[in-house]
Amino acid sequence: MLQQLAQNLCGLYKTYGYQQYSMSKFEEYDLYLQNKDFLISDRILTFTDTDGRLMALKPDVTLSIIKNTQTQQQMLQKICYRENVYRPGKSDQGFREIMQIGLECMGAVDTYSIYEVLLLAVSSLKQICENCVLDVSHMGLMHRLLEDMGLYGTVQKKVLDAISHKNSHELQNICEEANVAPDALVALARLCGKPAEVLPQLNGIFGEVPELAQFRQLLTALENAGADCINVDFSVVNDMNYYNGIVFRGFVEGVPTGILSGGQYDGLMKKMGRTGKAIGFALYPDLLERMQTCRQQEVDAVLYYEACAPVEDVAAAVSQMKEQGMNVCAQPAGTGTLRCTQRYFLKGNEVRLLENDA
Amino acid sequence: MKTMLNVALPKGRLGETVYQLFAEAGYPCPALLEKSRKLTFENPEAGVRYFWVKPSDVAVYVERGAADIGVAGKDILLEYQPDVYELADLNVGKCRMAVAGFPDRPVSQTLRVATKFPNIAKTYYAAKGRDIDIIHLNGSIEIAPILGLSDVIVDIVETGKTLKENGLEVLEEIVPISARLIANKASYKFKTDAIRTITDSL
Repeated sequence: MLQQLAQNLCGLYKTYGYQQYSMSKFEEYDLYLQNKDFLISDRILTFTDTDGRLMALKPDVTLSIIKNTQTQQQMLQKICYRENVYRPGKSDQGFREIMQIGLECMGAVDTYSIYEVLLLAVSSLKQICENCVLDVSHMGLMHRLLEDMGLYGTVQKKVLDAISHKNSHELQNICEEANVAPDALVALARLCGKPAEVLPQLNGIFGEVPELAQFRQLLTALENAGADCINVDFSVVNDMNYYNGIVFRGFVEGVPTGILSGGQYDGLMKKMGRTGKAIGFALYPDLLERMQTCRQQEVDAVLYYEACAPVEDVAAAVSQMKEQGMNVCAQPAGTGTLRCTQRYFLKGNEVRLLENDA
Repeated sequence: MKTMLNVALPKGRLGETVYQLFAEAGYPCPALLEKSRKLTFENPEAGVRYFWVKPSDVAVYVERGAADIGVAGKDILLEYQPDVYELADLNVGKCRMAVAGFPDRPVSQTLRVATKFPNIAKTYYAAKGRDIDIIHLNGSIEIAPILGLSDVIVDIVETGKTLKENGLEVLEEIVPISARLIANKASYKFKTDAIRTITDSL
């Protein structure tokens, strides 16, 4: 099912001009050392290559794409991928191989490109589950607000951390200590709603700044395109050294964490010596395992046969059932069952329906 | 049909205090207070399903979506840093995280710190630029400096009585602790109104 999803998504991205990019499993460890803060975790699977170089099993795809494509600001590079990355599991579990599907749009990125990426994020979520939410926020707006309030360095970090946890009471404490009015930040932490209801409030919080005008333009365009699952929520916080514009996180019903994550990351492009902007997102299909809808039948039919049944009879029965279009698993009577739609029993030459599992 | 919220409550004294808050806010479930071995309690009209959970596990249930919301002490949240929303300070279960030890002990080069909260201890001393040796214990932490296992302890202090009775005292206060209402991030997206309503009424 995940394979099918990966294929569908890359197919979708290609219809918008994205080219699928295939990459090596390994990169030089140095690439990740130089950009540690961009990664989710600083634990990386490394090994020494035959020529003595310290290599890493990719923990991330975006860095490889930027490194290996020489994008400059006059070009528009649209790349999609379906790769495995290697990251440590939660709570001291060992490293795991995780599927990552995503896209990057780099170079001459403008408001339309950003809109298109958001639209693709929404479409990706809808392919998985009709009941989905895309949280949208803007690091440029946040940055401007915090600077205007005179909040820098450690205090800024604390504020962003509190906002990411919707921790209004902590924000009150921080603002009290820093001697600034908490109202704007508390309002931001609490915010969670459809663009139509939230946008008017944002004017009061940020003022009429260019970033807000762009934000509004994008959200309105998406709403007009029928993207009804968009939610404005500033608890989506990404590292401001890398992310300077719109950032977003996608959720589907039935999965307790976000499954899609993305944003505009001009800061990273600059750090890696590229001119031009960039926006992209990544989706982690392995997280869908827990979803109810994923639990499909493993096989259409299980055919039980007695120990004395001749091989030819079993073969004939299996053949007949397969001709009817079923996936069949023939197994000796009394052995364990796969999840199946129907169970059958071979008695002599006759195939009898046992019970319906559907 | 009202949206059902799964609420993880910490087993014990704090949990019972917290339940009273929920009950008074309009989310009662009287069956919960009866002495029984039942683990889950529902009130479909109020739209809540409560269950008792070991206090240090509340964050796990909420983070993994088995509970939509829950109540956990700030000590647990600081120690395990679960990826959840912290929606309110319930102002109950108040105590403090502190460094305690014998008041007149000479301080060794590398401070030996016994604690149930290794991450909190590490962060606190790292911010002070102090090198420490962490001894991770699971209970009766006060014994450690008495037996010479450690120089100090990092632990929760309520009245300070246990410390005093053992000749120890609070040397430094790290952070005040209280019970917090936490929510699963995904649940917040799909059950926004229900979660907001219950948060505001507490």
